[in-house]
Amino acid sequence: MSPDWHPERHELHGITVVVDTSGPEIFVGRCDDLDDHQVILLDVDVHEDGDDGRSKEEYVERAARFGVWKKFDRLVVPRSRVVSVRRLGEL
Amino acid sequence: MPYSEMMVAPMRAELSSIGFEELRTAEDVERFMENREGTALLVLNSVCGCAAGQARPGVRQALEGPVKPDRLGTVFAGQDVEATAQARSYFADIPPSSPSMALLKDGEVVYFVPRHRIESRSAEDVAADLTGAFQRYFGAPAPA
Repeated sequence: MSPDWHPERHELHGITVVVDTSGPEIFVGRCDDLDDHQVILLDVDVHEDGDDGRSKEEYVERAARFGVWKKFDRLVVPRSRVVSVRRLGEL
Repeated sequence: MPYSEMMVAPMRAELSSIGFEELRTAEDVERFMENREGTALLVLNSVCGCAAGQARPGVRQALEGPVKPDRLGTVFAGQDVEATAQARSYFADIPPSSPSMALLKDGEVVYFVPRHRIESRSAEDVAADLTGAFQRYFGAPAPA
């Protein structure tokens, strides 16, 4: 059991997550915080379905193997657009 | 901005005390990486408690197994900036993350453990991942 380093933050704080949206975008980044209104991500990459000939699923498969190159230092995704938040390390 | 060295020293010691060579400069890293003979483990250490807290004990447990690398090296991301950049230049096609670990055989990266495969896991899981990779890439131990 690892210690809880930041008890005031969401349990996903510090964890690299995949944030899928109801639109074409999918995000991979380190979760800073998450609540009913927003997901705050750090060191974030974004992929649009079909970019570089890759679907969202194919992008996630590759991200799970190697990680991602960040496009943004910090990004806030409105919770209303979020379909799922998953740990990249478990995919 | 680097953390206080006083805070980081115990995190460095967790690895140096079990045989890791601390690579503090770009030259240190170059010397370590240019020795392409045999097997090596390079750990990109990190302050981050969310992941490095499992990484260092996991490495220690993995090195208690029968198969282990010939050489052990570590750089400290966020602290030894030039050394870390130099280390990452040897696996430039892999997105940077820390903590992370590279297994090297004859100078080539044969296995890489990025941060996201550490942060969700226990030290035991990290050790199991590394132990499996040591056996797969560094071969079986010589018979006693």
